[in-house]
Amino acid sequence: MSNGIVKLTDATFDEHVMLADVPVLVDFWADWCGPCKMIAPVLEELATEKQGLLQIAKLDIDENLDVTRRFEVMSIPTLILFKGGELRTRIVGARGKAQLLQEIEEYL
Amino acid sequence: MSEQRQVVVLGSGPAGLTAAIYTARANLKPLVLEGEPSSTSDQPGGQLMLTTEIENFPGFVEGIEGPELMARMRDQAKRFGADFHTRKATRVDLSAPPFKIWTGEASGAAPDVVATSLIIATGAQSLMLGVPGENRLLGHGLSTCATCDGFFFREQDVAVVGGGDSAIEEALFLTRFVRSVTIVHRRAELRASKIMQERAFSNEKISFRWNSVVTELLGESKLTGVALHDLSTAEDSILEVSGVFVAIGHAPSTAVFNGQLELRENGYIQTYGGTRTSVEGVFACGDVQDDTYRQAITAAGSGCSAAIDLERWLDVQEHS
Repeated sequence: MSNGIVKLTDATFDEHVMLADVPVLVDFWADWCGPCKMIAPVLEELATEKQGLLQIAKLDIDENLDVTRRFEVMSIPTLILFKGGELRTRIVGARGKAQLLQEIEEYL
Repeated sequence: MSEQRQVVVLGSGPAGLTAAIYTARANLKPLVLEGEPSSTSDQPGGQLMLTTEIENFPGFVEGIEGPELMARMRDQAKRFGADFHTRKATRVDLSAPPFKIWTGEASGAAPDVVATSLIIATGAQSLMLGVPGENRLLGHGLSTCATCDGFFFREQDVAVVGGGDSAIEEALFLTRFVRSVTIVHRRAELRASKIMQERAFSNEKISFRWNSVVTELLGESKLTGVALHDLSTAEDSILEVSGVFVAIGHAPSTAVFNGQLELRENGYIQTYGGTRTSVEGVFACGDVQDDTYRQAITAAGSGCSAAIDLERWLDVQEHS
């Protein structure tokens, strides 16, 4: 994927997220979800601007039900920020860039 | 430095995009502040972004998906030269022309955009229930977007709150996934169009709780049910569901115009002789000024009117 955004699966989730050195923002999304498409460009911009400070990762919930259930995601888009192998904050619903940054800033 | 524009359109639903198409074709180079991503109806593309099939927009014999229709309108406006910023106005100053618009942090510094004329098409936002449990359970059983979240409720029991076309459309959509849908409505009959009512009544998965309002969402980390109050019998009961979808109507998005434009008592923008507002050079179209029809096609129609009213107003300004 472009801008160093990682595409996650049930099999690779722990390796890329729980064992990561930098904070990881995981986007739980699906192809049929309009608001998910709308935040895709926001996440791409963040990936470029925060390179080295923040890893952006995407998980297609349709194909990866194990991780989706493990974190009890029941609404998309849901964005979860992980740091040091722990869930730090959960953002439900799409956001503009400024607001999203504000909500994750303290964890970076 | 403020960006200078002859025409700025606030909002990008059918009204805003139609106004953009018309003003772009009049060579006015409109700038559309299309809004910011959200999971409610307050987002680029507006309310139709959360709907599935639209069956009553003329010209689409087989129907068209809401997001697809909005993408087409946006492309059409772009084709004729409209510019788009994915931002929304957080503050405006309409006290004297040119009009000043701030986006993002609405601090005291220079406005982001300065406009000779303005078309307001900020539409309406879905109402939330305003009951205990709402903040805690959003995303944990409470959803603002049936098309996004229906998937998570396979073979489960859910409730839809509301009795208009949007509520019935959500209920019908959800029957693709869920075991049952209970429509909770505060009146004894639906407001929805006859064709939608017939579809709901003939769907085996859909049942009704009439004359009832939700008083609380139950469950700690996950929704387990809703507390209902029956307005006709005054009885309280609990409906066990794992999902709740809210479609109880809309309120106009006019907060930033408060005190600067004449609003009607119910918050909608007051218009005169078409789409003129109480401020000369500011026009309003679509659901932000329409508390009667509120359809995609009437919004588009009034967007066209606003563009024409604005063009005539600009003409008069230039020749006087």
